Amino acid sequence: MTEHALEPDESRRGFINWFLGTSAVAFVLSVFYPVASYLVPPIVGESTAGTVTLPIKPDDVKPNTGQIFKFGSRPGILIRTSAGDLRAFSAVCTHLNCTVQYRSDLSEIWCACHNGHYDLNGKNVAGPPPRPLDTFVVNVRGAQIVVSKSA
Amino acid sequence: MESGEPRHGRLWTWLDQRVGLKELEKLARKKEIPVHRHSIWYYLGGMTLFLFIIQVSTGILLLLYYRPSAEEAFESIQFLMAEVQFGWLIRSIHSWAANLMILTLFVHLFSVLLLKAYRPPREITWFSGVALLGLALGFGFTGYLLPWNELAYFATKVGTEITSAVPGIGGFAGRLLRGGDEVTGATLTRFYGIHVAILPATAVALLGLHLYLVQRHGMSVPPGVEREGGAARVMPFVPNFLLRDIVGWLSALAILAALAAYFPAELGKKADPFLPAPAGIKPEWYFMFMFQTLKYLPSHILGIEGEIVGILGFGLGGLFLLLIPVLDRRTARGQPSRLFTWIGIAIILFMVLFTVLGYMASATK
Repeated sequence: MTEHALEPDESRRGFINWFLGTSAVAFVLSVFYPVASYLVPPIVGESTAGTVTLPIKPDDVKPNTGQIFKFGSRPGILIRTSAGDLRAFSAVCTHLNCTVQYRSDLSEIWCACHNGHYDLNGKNVAGPPPRPLDTFVVNVRGAQIVVSKSA
Repeated sequence: MESGEPRHGRLWTWLDQRVGLKELEKLARKKEIPVHRHSIWYYLGGMTLFLFIIQVSTGILLLLYYRPSAEEAFESIQFLMAEVQFGWLIRSIHSWAANLMILTLFVHLFSVLLLKAYRPPREITWFSGVALLGLALGFGFTGYLLPWNELAYFATKVGTEITSAVPGIGGFAGRLLRGGDEVTGATLTRFYGIHVAILPATAVALLGLHLYLVQRHGMSVPPGVEREGGAARVMPFVPNFLLRDIVGWLSALAILAALAAYFPAELGKKADPFLPAPAGIKPEWYFMFMFQTLKYLPSHILGIEGEIVGILGFGLGGLFLLLIPVLDRRTARGQPSRLFTWIGIAIILFMVLFTVLGYMASATK
């Protein structure tokens, strides 16, 4: 073999290798792209309603108690303070997403998962929660309680 | 053997000509176990493997009755526990063997760490072992949700939220894991798929690599023993060591049966996303030290949310554990490495201390 004969061979080989290489990459991408996309869950339209009417009557909530209600797909907590005010917050703990509850013995909102405490304004007062609970606006219209996201 | 070649029957010869039993026999006869004062730790890997085989077998049996949906999962397990003959036994063994397997895995890991068996040329054996620990924790985490009870629901909420809290890719990873923004039935089917297909397939592949490497390099003799002139004698793997292994496995099986019979797995209350998290909620014991550490962290450290600092810390800790064979240069050079012995002991003490604290601390104070 002379050098003359080798040269075109090499460039041909290079071309074929490049061609096969890019085809292999394209093949892998064309397999993995649909699989990767398949794994990502589709975004489900969240309930955009900023207002819910609770299935709870105002008289059912005794002073110094709290109840969980559905606010769209997430839980909210309705509290009647010892003074008789109705207040509502998101019941999703700002620490790691557990559902909080009302502690009548402490008159505080409490998260059982990591011992987080919030006062009756939803402010984080003890334990690991980094932020206050989201506050909702409570309106009592006759025998109905209407809770809405604050503007 | 006295006469060299052992005598075999006609079936053996027939099979040998077709699948090559002679090579396997040679391999089995060649394998030897060094005998020294730390030989006892050689049994832990095999014990973990035995428990893994139990997990696969009982897991397959559970599949026959389990229904992976938010509406039916809890009820199908109620049915399994109450109606199916020995259903309670199979599920209890699966749950207990999972705990024992993680325990033996931790003991195996720490014995390998303290005896420095990760030193060259066994780095990849160590890497695959740490990866298998990760998979075992993944098995525990995904399997815990499958009964769809209250404790599992909130444990999963917290666990996936921890993933979401990782800066950068966390939000996306959390959504990917949950199959949506919340822990729902979609999370359950996803965890089911991960638990019964993705993790087992990955674990079998990694386990194959791990066992192949153990065969290839043989048992590691601890540097301390080597410096004293090496192991005094060796023991053939077949049958001497294997028979001892089997004694261990049968003992483990007896312990499992006793635990399953006297302390059957509980089911608790069905998960309800619109009930508050129950008081006294706890993760599985092998996550307890992390859970307890997160509880002690203040809400902010240097302006960063405490939980993020904790999560990043554990992430770095895991990475450090994985990279120990690369970081421990003294052991690699064959010199004594006090530092890494102390690091190993510190990790064990930290895990034990925070686990104990987690079980002693009052949940409501």
